Amino acid sequence: MTQDESGIGLEAFGLSMRYRRGPAVLSGCTFQLPAGRICALVGPNGAGKSTLLALAAGLLAPTEGRIEVFGSPAGGPGTRPSIGLVAQDRPLYRFLNVDDHLRLGRELNPRWDQPQAEQIVAGLPRTGPVGSLSAGQRTMLALALALGKRPDLLLLDEPMADLDPLARHEVASVIMADAAERGTTVVISSHILAELEPLCDHLIMMDEGRLRLTGATEELIASHDMITAARAEDGALSAELEGWCHTVVGARATGRTVTALIRPGSDLPQGWIAATPTLEDVVLGYMRNPLAPALLIEPLQDAAADPNRKAAAL
Amino acid sequence: MEYRIDRRGGVTTYMQIVQQTKQALRLGLLQPGDKLPTAREVVEATAINPNTVLKAYRELEREGLVEPRPGLGTFVRRSLAGPQATPDSPLRSQLADWAARARQAGLGREDVAAMFAAVLDDYPLAAEVAVPTRPSVPSRGSHESEPVEDGRI
Repeated sequence: MTQDESGIGLEAFGLSMRYRRGPAVLSGCTFQLPAGRICALVGPNGAGKSTLLALAAGLLAPTEGRIEVFGSPAGGPGTRPSIGLVAQDRPLYRFLNVDDHLRLGRELNPRWDQPQAEQIVAGLPRTGPVGSLSAGQRTMLALALALGKRPDLLLLDEPMADLDPLARHEVASVIMADAAERGTTVVISSHILAELEPLCDHLIMMDEGRLRLTGATEELIASHDMITAARAEDGALSAELEGWCHTVVGARATGRTVTALIRPGSDLPQGWIAATPTLEDVVLGYMRNPLAPALLIEPLQDAAADPNRKAAAL
Repeated sequence: MEYRIDRRGGVTTYMQIVQQTKQALRLGLLQPGDKLPTAREVVEATAINPNTVLKAYRELEREGLVEPRPGLGTFVRRSLAGPQATPDSPLRSQLADWAARARQAGLGREDVAAMFAAVLDDYPLAAEVAVPTRPSVPSRGSHESEPVEDGRI
């Protein structure tokens, strides 16, 4: 692997992007994704997810700031062979067939892994033009081309969007098995967190071009509490909790119960019961409340990829 | 050994792997010397994060149940199919006594199940807090420490 000593797979500093004279699509994004992590990239439509992936792949140049892949500027000559991208529109040559695509991959990529690519396209018709394949089949072919490169950083833009449940499981299995074997750093974008939750150990949540949440999923969950109390009126809720140094991300009243997602400060006032939220609770809380302050957890240097992973994958 | 991951349940994926491995150890489906499936095999079958599998294996290693052998894989060190799980064990008979008392108190099957689930829900938290203060060497044969060990499941 070409990972440098810092153990950071993907890193952005003050990254901003605007197309022509339009509004900023990304503004001031700074984050670090440790090598070997599998990162969910979530956010509503127009959040900037695809732009971020295109910047990481070096297909676009940032307006401001910089983005680095294993310590080298994204898109530089050294990084291209180590990045695999499955773009949202699955760019393929519609008049070529599956075998032609694999041959292109083989001849254009010095690190090409033919058996891996063959295995992923095993279920596809090999001779007809790719234009006649279904959306799910095109995704499998795009994934075969991306993984056939043996990338160190795999960028997947909505890889599950047009797949049936069986194909979804198949695609997820292929990606996870590759990550288990080679320690690939993976970024997967989706609107649907539920389908990413079992796959990812890191999260980047964006909204309107800004980062709202970044960090290891475990740490993000551990930084929040889901609290419940019996309460007739919820007007004084935020005031009551903020008096105890809690940051209230969101609160909802149902009947006589109030449920709130908070970042705990001091002890809870009496009458409240705290429980651990799910990752989905946390993400939904921030999506519902655009005013909740962002939580960007910097990875610790030693919390990077587990060096034993390759050994234990045997 | 094949893991079945329930995505809707409240139990984390990592905990499900730990629990299912212990269940297999308890039932004798895994015995000392057996090899656990590789992370790749598990994620290929279940489509979950490989780091989750490794974290679960590390937890099992920490509890002295399995050991990694570099270049070979992860192997079972000791079994959990011990006397505490058999029908004539003290814990089991205490639970039977308790069930009888619950019936006398008028609790139905669902009441008991709900109460048991509520106690178990509280338990992992309590046990995790307690772990650092407990001796790391499992005291085999000492009945005091066993309920804690069992309560974590």
